[in-house]
Amino acid sequence: MSSAAAEAGLATISPAAKRSRWLRRYGLATFGAFIIVGWIVVAICAPWLTIHSPVTVDVTARLKPPSALHLLGTDVLGRDVFSRLIHGARISLFTGIVVVLVSAAIGVLVGGVAAFARGRVEELMMRTTDLVFCFPPIILAMAIAAVLGIGTTNTIIAMLVVWWPKFARLARSLIMVQRSLEYVEAAIVMGLTPRRILFRHMFPNCIGPLIVLVTLDVGNAIITFAGLSFLGLGVVPPTPEWGSMVSEGRELIEQWWVATFPGLAILTVVLGFNFLGDGIRDWLDPRARRR
Amino acid sequence: MARYILSRLALAAVMALLSTLVIFLIANTVPGDPVLSQLGDLAASNKEFVAEWRAKWGLDRPLWERYAVFLRRLIFDGDLGLSIASQRPVLRDIADFAPATIELASIAFLLSLAVGIPLGVMAAIRRDSWIDHLARAVSLVGVSAPTFWLAFIMLAVFYGGLQIAPGPGRIDMIALPPKAVTGLFLIDTLIAGDWAAFRDALAHLVLPSIVLAAATIGLITRTTRASMLESLSQDFVRVAHAKGLKEGRIIIGHVLPNALIPVVTLGGLAYANLLTGAVMTETIFSWPGLGRYTFRSAVALDFPAIMGITLVVAVTYLIINLLVDISYALLDPRVLR
Repeated sequence: MSSAAAEAGLATISPAAKRSRWLRRYGLATFGAFIIVGWIVVAICAPWLTIHSPVTVDVTARLKPPSALHLLGTDVLGRDVFSRLIHGARISLFTGIVVVLVSAAIGVLVGGVAAFARGRVEELMMRTTDLVFCFPPIILAMAIAAVLGIGTTNTIIAMLVVWWPKFARLARSLIMVQRSLEYVEAAIVMGLTPRRILFRHMFPNCIGPLIVLVTLDVGNAIITFAGLSFLGLGVVPPTPEWGSMVSEGRELIEQWWVATFPGLAILTVVLGFNFLGDGIRDWLDPRARRR
Repeated sequence: MARYILSRLALAAVMALLSTLVIFLIANTVPGDPVLSQLGDLAASNKEFVAEWRAKWGLDRPLWERYAVFLRRLIFDGDLGLSIASQRPVLRDIADFAPATIELASIAFLLSLAVGIPLGVMAAIRRDSWIDHLARAVSLVGVSAPTFWLAFIMLAVFYGGLQIAPGPGRIDMIALPPKAVTGLFLIDTLIAGDWAAFRDALAHLVLPSIVLAAATIGLITRTTRASMLESLSQDFVRVAHAKGLKEGRIIIGHVLPNALIPVVTLGGLAYANLLTGAVMTETIFSWPGLGRYTFRSAVALDFPAIMGITLVVAVTYLIINLLVDISYALLDPRVLR
């Protein structure tokens, strides 16, 4: 269809067709946003949504299948899986969002300054990011987490060390593109300070791709944190956390509910962030949307 | 070209050397005492015993001296030191565990190419059809599902429930491993001419390679699709149509070769990630590879082993990146200019 015909069609478009087009364009992103907001509400309201404590051990009720009393059954120590799952949302969302936001802040600062300063400073900063890139993230994070000792804070630190370079690279390439544009030259001629040009004029123009990467990356960070916890390098037991819950149930093939539900929780949250990130990317880049 | 390769090689060597320094500093400057994790409580409370143990492993020397010793041994003898936990040379440990990982990662890589490329191509040609939606669903779920959970589900369904797949491990528990020639069971069983063992080893590879490949399938499908769409909109496609070429001929002969260039870059990185990212999969499937070895060393704070693995892994990464750069230069000569 040529664009003129599309324009003509637009005038007589029915509300139903309009809705279906809106759904195709923004449906997945909205759905993702709903999932994320839903989980955030669950995380905040956790104590009011559950009748059992997430950490109370009841050996007489161990490995009970899902029932009205225990919606998702109980684990090896008789703890309520539903309650642990709901409380687990707190730590997963918190760590995922914190790791990505802090890394993004560090990365943008390093990448932005490198692109703006050029010369030796840039060389040093970018070679440092290259160095971190030599290591596969999960192995470096494992080594650091093991050395620091287990605990939520230490695991977050370990993840931060391996997480920021990709933001530095993206920020640098974005700022480099902006640098060659005329408005920056104009700002320099007008005598604005480099700091002002960087933060007030260039960053706002680069924010789009950064938001996309941040959104898509929260899901990644949640999976990685859960993975480290699964390996026993994350939270300290008995903290309810999805990765360690899967780990506790991994031998229990008969009692499938112990490991299946926390995994589904991770899957839904990560899908939510991926839907939203994809949606924002399509929205910011109309060229990609047509594809 | 030669000059390009040489400069890339020199850069890779410098990065490898620097990476040893990074990992050495991480392993040695942060709290976390290998004495406590290696010796029992009783032995650790005996001061003389601890001092002797530290002296034996060189933990009482200054930091730079230990690094110099490590580097000298590495460069002149190719020696990565003794693993504290296994009491064997780290390099020999790594050589023993590597084939299992190489076999698993290679099969997973082939699987993700065999599924990802055709799926991506079909999704691009039939855009917005059911196959495009299927490709999108597969890639999103593949990228979003945690590996360790997917592994559990696969085992629970196909091994526990339906009982059509073998359990964890590389071969049947009561079977003897084939005579080691390459360390790759698929090849070793063929050399031995033992078809039953070959089938057994292949069957044991099915579940772990699917699990390991899941995320990579998603990445390759997406990249192939996006890159196909880009190529399909180029002028040469219109010319090919105008010349009256058949649709299939245009796709296979003209569009695909152009579209695969970004897939080569991504594929190289993905293979490196598969080789090193097998930690979770290997842990669940009791796969005696590098991933499980890494995990055990990290938990035991076995520094020589951690440093050795990290170095080997960093070098693998650098080599694969180098190969990707070179193949890129061959595929797209504009890179050299």
